[in-house]
Amino acid sequence: MQTAGEHPSHPDAARPVQPDASPTPDATRPAQPVGRRRRPVSTRPGTSLARTRGRWFWVFVSPFLAGLVVFVYIPIAWSLYLSMFDARNTVTPTKFVGIDNYVYLMNDPLFRDSMGTFIVFALVIVPLTFACALGLALLLHRIPRFQAFFRSAFFLPTACSYVVASMVWRMSFFNGARFGLVNTVLRGAGLDPVNWLGGENGWYWLVLVTLRLWLQVGFYMVLFIAGLNAIDPQLHEAASLDGASGRRAFTQITFPLLRPTSVAVAMLLTINAFQAFDEFYNTLNTVRGYPPYARPPLVYVYLISFGEGSQDLGIGSAGTMILTAVILVFGLVQSRVLAIGADR
Amino acid sequence: MKPGRRTLALRYAALTLLAVAFLLPFYVIARNAFSTQAWITAPAWHWLPDAVGVQTLTKVLTDPGIGVLAALGTSAVVSTIQTLGTVVIAMMAGYGMARWSTRAARVVTGLTVFTLMVPTTVTFVPMFVMVSSLGWISTFRGLIVPGLFSAFAAYLFRTAFLGFPADLEDAAAIDGANQWSTFWRIVVPNSLGMVAAVGTITFIGTWNAFLWPLLIAQDPAMRTVQVALSQLMTSQGIRYPEMFTGALIAVAPALVVFGVLQRWLVQGVTQSGLK
Repeated sequence: MQTAGEHPSHPDAARPVQPDASPTPDATRPAQPVGRRRRPVSTRPGTSLARTRGRWFWVFVSPFLAGLVVFVYIPIAWSLYLSMFDARNTVTPTKFVGIDNYVYLMNDPLFRDSMGTFIVFALVIVPLTFACALGLALLLHRIPRFQAFFRSAFFLPTACSYVVASMVWRMSFFNGARFGLVNTVLRGAGLDPVNWLGGENGWYWLVLVTLRLWLQVGFYMVLFIAGLNAIDPQLHEAASLDGASGRRAFTQITFPLLRPTSVAVAMLLTINAFQAFDEFYNTLNTVRGYPPYARPPLVYVYLISFGEGSQDLGIGSAGTMILTAVILVFGLVQSRVLAIGADR
Repeated sequence: MKPGRRTLALRYAALTLLAVAFLLPFYVIARNAFSTQAWITAPAWHWLPDAVGVQTLTKVLTDPGIGVLAALGTSAVVSTIQTLGTVVIAMMAGYGMARWSTRAARVVTGLTVFTLMVPTTVTFVPMFVMVSSLGWISTFRGLIVPGLFSAFAAYLFRTAFLGFPADLEDAAAIDGANQWSTFWRIVVPNSLGMVAAVGTITFIGTWNAFLWPLLIAQDPAMRTVQVALSQLMTSQGIRYPEMFTGALIAVAPALVVFGVLQRWLVQGVTQSGLK
């Protein structure tokens, strides 16, 4: 997986090297793939040069670090604080309510529905995008001509915004009126037009899933293409000499060797599905507001924090804390699984 | 193992059909932008446009009620500054994380990875609380500054610099250059591929961003083009040709950047997925 080349100046004997193993357990360091190269070590402790170098470190890192603290860590801490207050229409609340906001969320059927909505959405979009991305990558793999053209055609939607895609899907493809493209096709087949976004029969899922699939699949296809290209072609030649080809070569060689890419793609897809907001909001929001159905977690938190008549930042903050916890669990599982994948 | 001639023909047939399907939405944007309302809403679907010309385009760009031109300006300012700022800040931080192995460097790397795990979209409520208490609602600062600190970009640069040969830097140090000038004169000019990759990803991401500008641009004069389009969709009395002309204008810069820098984008995506 590691694409960067070997570092030429790996600890050489010519210069003193600070031991990397610090006496304290390295709790700040995340689980990383085993076998990753160590960072080049070149600070010389105790010399004035080392101290000057140490100062330069802060010059390089300070702007970024200050930004992270001000726009990520302080806000999260503040949000944790707000989540324990009655904070309607204010960011400086006075009424402490303890864990009431969390209790409210847990008892709110709409919040539980939003988690259910995410699970349904993820169960459809993750395997579907995964299969389509892999399928496209395999279709493109080692074709003699026009590979770049086709790859660009599938990758191009990545440059489109969810807002613009929602406009096309909502106004043209899945317009509930008769002139919508899909309704035109249905009429041609002698069927009645469907009101796609009206909420009946869960038809809106078809709209949302096809939209996200179109927009995202090229991104994951590019990852799979990179994964396929990293597989030594000689393996396939050896396999075909042994009589394995086509499906067997895929299940026995290609797919197992793609495992690190597959795991990364599945994780990224799930985490991205968890953050779905733009296409839900832009296909379903109307002049009369957002419909009661199809509210994934981010839409739920948005509506409760900033929606018409609600603006409750206390409950919104509690929601943020719960979502952060959920996504952290994903992240930890991800780094674990990826580390195991690299260890294999 | 080369594919046989028949399977190859089938593959090309499938690829062609799929390519048409993938490009169809872009075609529909253009068709709607260059058609009349009556043509679009006619009971029969028309594949070809009926009003090819610049009337709608001129109207959309000049009608302040639609506000697309002002929104384009806002988007251009926000995306450009955010892309430049993100690249510079992340490049420096990535270099710091890659070249120092002090405890401070490990702590910063740990914080970066933690931020990487919790995407900023999930923490939009606390970010909003922060920005509103700074008084930055409906300002360029509010739209731009919180997005300048990308853990993702910093981590990509860190990985890239770990693979950058330190010999060159050592040579410069012997010549008396300090870390700062070594970085700008030697490391950066040799890492322009990575700069292009991160820059392209960042630009497309910021140009297409929706949730954050939706929260911050409460004054209609500060709307980005995505927010303006989104509001066109739910406003009454707006006509399809105008709406899709807006979409065409909004999607064009991202497509141009994509077309010109696709190679770097592919590289950036590949590295980001396999970090």
